Amino acid sequence: MKKINGAQILLEVLQEQGVEVIFGYPGGAVINLYDHMPEYSCRHFLVRHEQAAVHAADGYARATGKVGVALVTSGPGATNTVTGLATAYMDSIPIVVFTGQVPTPLIGNDAFQEADIVGITRPCTKHNFLVKRVEDLERIVNEAFHIAGTGRPGPVLVDLPKDIIAGKGIKKEAVKPSLKGYSPNYTGHPGQIQRAMQKLFKARRPLFYVGGGVVLANAATVLTELACWLNIPVTTTLMGLGAFPEDDYLSLGMLGMHGTYRANMAVTESDVLVAFGARFDDRVTGRIDKFAPDATIIHVDIDPTSISKNVDVDIPIVGDLSDVLQKMLEVVKSSKERAELCASGHDLWLSQIARWRDLHKLSYKQDDIIKPQFVVEKISELAQGYDPIISTEVGQNQMWAAQFFTFTKPRSWLTSGGLGTMGYGLPAAMGAQVAFPDRLVIDIAGDGSIQMNSQELATVVQYNLPVKVVILNNGYLGMVRQWQELFFDKHYASTRMNHTPDFVKLAEAYGALGLRARTPEEVEPILKQAFSHPGPVVVDIVVAAEENVYPMVPAGEAISNMLLV
Amino acid sequence: MKHIISVLVENEFGVLSRIASLFSGRGFNIESLTVAETADSSVSSMTIVTQGDNNIIEQITKQLNKLINVIKVIELTESVQVAREMVLLKFAVNSGAKRLELLRLVEVYQGRVLELGLRSLIVELTGERAKVEAALAVLGPFGIKEMSRTGMVALSKSG
Repeated sequence: MKKINGAQILLEVLQEQGVEVIFGYPGGAVINLYDHMPEYSCRHFLVRHEQAAVHAADGYARATGKVGVALVTSGPGATNTVTGLATAYMDSIPIVVFTGQVPTPLIGNDAFQEADIVGITRPCTKHNFLVKRVEDLERIVNEAFHIAGTGRPGPVLVDLPKDIIAGKGIKKEAVKPSLKGYSPNYTGHPGQIQRAMQKLFKARRPLFYVGGGVVLANAATVLTELACWLNIPVTTTLMGLGAFPEDDYLSLGMLGMHGTYRANMAVTESDVLVAFGARFDDRVTGRIDKFAPDATIIHVDIDPTSISKNVDVDIPIVGDLSDVLQKMLEVVKSSKERAELCASGHDLWLSQIARWRDLHKLSYKQDDIIKPQFVVEKISELAQGYDPIISTEVGQNQMWAAQFFTFTKPRSWLTSGGLGTMGYGLPAAMGAQVAFPDRLVIDIAGDGSIQMNSQELATVVQYNLPVKVVILNNGYLGMVRQWQELFFDKHYASTRMNHTPDFVKLAEAYGALGLRARTPEEVEPILKQAFSHPGPVVVDIVVAAEENVYPMVPAGEAISNMLLV
Repeated sequence: MKHIISVLVENEFGVLSRIASLFSGRGFNIESLTVAETADSSVSSMTIVTQGDNNIIEQITKQLNKLINVIKVIELTESVQVAREMVLLKFAVNSGAKRLELLRLVEVYQGRVLELGLRSLIVELTGERAKVEAALAVLGPFGIKEMSRTGMVALSKSG
């Protein structure tokens, strides 16, 4: 067989893995790889910062369900990926990040642009590898994709010393990876599923608590079917938005710290709570002993470590959500009478929920200054016809987007839920737009966080990715300011942005279209103009400076204890 | 409560560090940790002694299982395991009477003398942790100059 170099082996394996897109940034340690890239089918997108390459791969993965790929050089290139990896790790997003490394004989010598990236990223990757022999390269790359995309997905890093990429080796036939210590359990225990269903059939006040796992497992349709069969209301976490259509009467919207009144009350009063692919995060549960205090808790998750980690679970089911939900649905369909009886027994419960809904709706008062919630509602209304994908930055912009945009489809919502990474939205939107050039991709941003990765405007212009960035510009780091207002006696320490760039001029400087709205009347026409523009747009919207996100559960309080508007 | 966890791992570089950083990152406690190759040189065996209530031990075993390089995790309760620890002790010996007394006590604990010098004595003791602790309590007053302990190694009785 013909000997080829490590770079070619890697690129061939990527091709076999079906990788179409790489987000990356070259450097000394990976020149060989870039040198051979034009010989292969993968398209490379040159970002402006390595962090953005990882977020873009992450956004691509969330939107498509495929494994996202990023490629960077050694040393600073590698260390710049850490935030992106940690973001993907917390939200269980399948990506593979390739980092260059100094040649193997120099490792440990403090060589130029050397960093122990495998050591640095061990706690923020699902797994990572240092390739020490060119013979191992193919196997390791295949294992990396296997680990990233199966079980509970997550980021995997592969560190590639320069001499491995340059070294000669043979590309073998593709073999399915087999790992002694890794075999995720996909099928839910039938006995546990039966137990759960019997409990559910008898419930008077059941509730589905749905997390990002349902999106990751592509199980949104079957979940929706199950909820509709049994007439059970559904609340989603921040990560679960889109897993259940929010325009359905069974949808309670999001729960948790900034969840809806009816969702948090329903959790508190429920008698059977079924968690699907959610992990009882502190932002969801608030004070743990007051979280669903009277409920039997059923927890379905592919990761055994998630079960009984924060909340004691009565009926655990470990397995792939689409398998378990499918089996639950089969139980329903095979005992139709019980299912119908169950479904008709929830009228009281649903009317109680409707009363909670009417008591405290998500609301705001639109006067002569633009309210950020109004902007998100307008985006939701105007974007629906364009099959939108929404990304966000982190903070108030993220919470308003979660609350006021009506999500009806999975994989159309990109947000850094677990890590809360400011600067995530623009590069993630970029990644999603690469995957879906014809969909409307909108980054709902704040004036603070957009500045954490605004350099990517150059990338979107270079590749004509028509991403729309809508900045809710309040001149503050708004969420921290809100906490300062409520819990620190309005001591606005370092949250006032005393100087921000003129975002319209910034957009223009990068070659994008810049637009601005200052009054409520301008919002709709400007959004329409932005959405119909064929290229990237930055819309700067001057919004009320001290608007707060409500409801709000103060940290450590019971979730039924909400601050309301 | 003390727990002994036996972990079979792939014998690859970085595995020890993965285990150690899992414990430190999640705030679990390691009392002792031993690691060595098994009969199959591609597999290493670790014995970890840790503390925690049942929830913590459950999390530890689940989290260990989640690591890609971990092949098997067995929690060894006292009834089903054989556990041993070895300790090497160096004493300064400045009189014949002291030497005789020490040698006698070492024999009581079924220890072995590894090095007998004019001014010093090196002793090996092996046993269950309770026995080692008891021996140390008795031998301590003789002035232990240096000590090196292996930490616990353990095997399950079954299979």
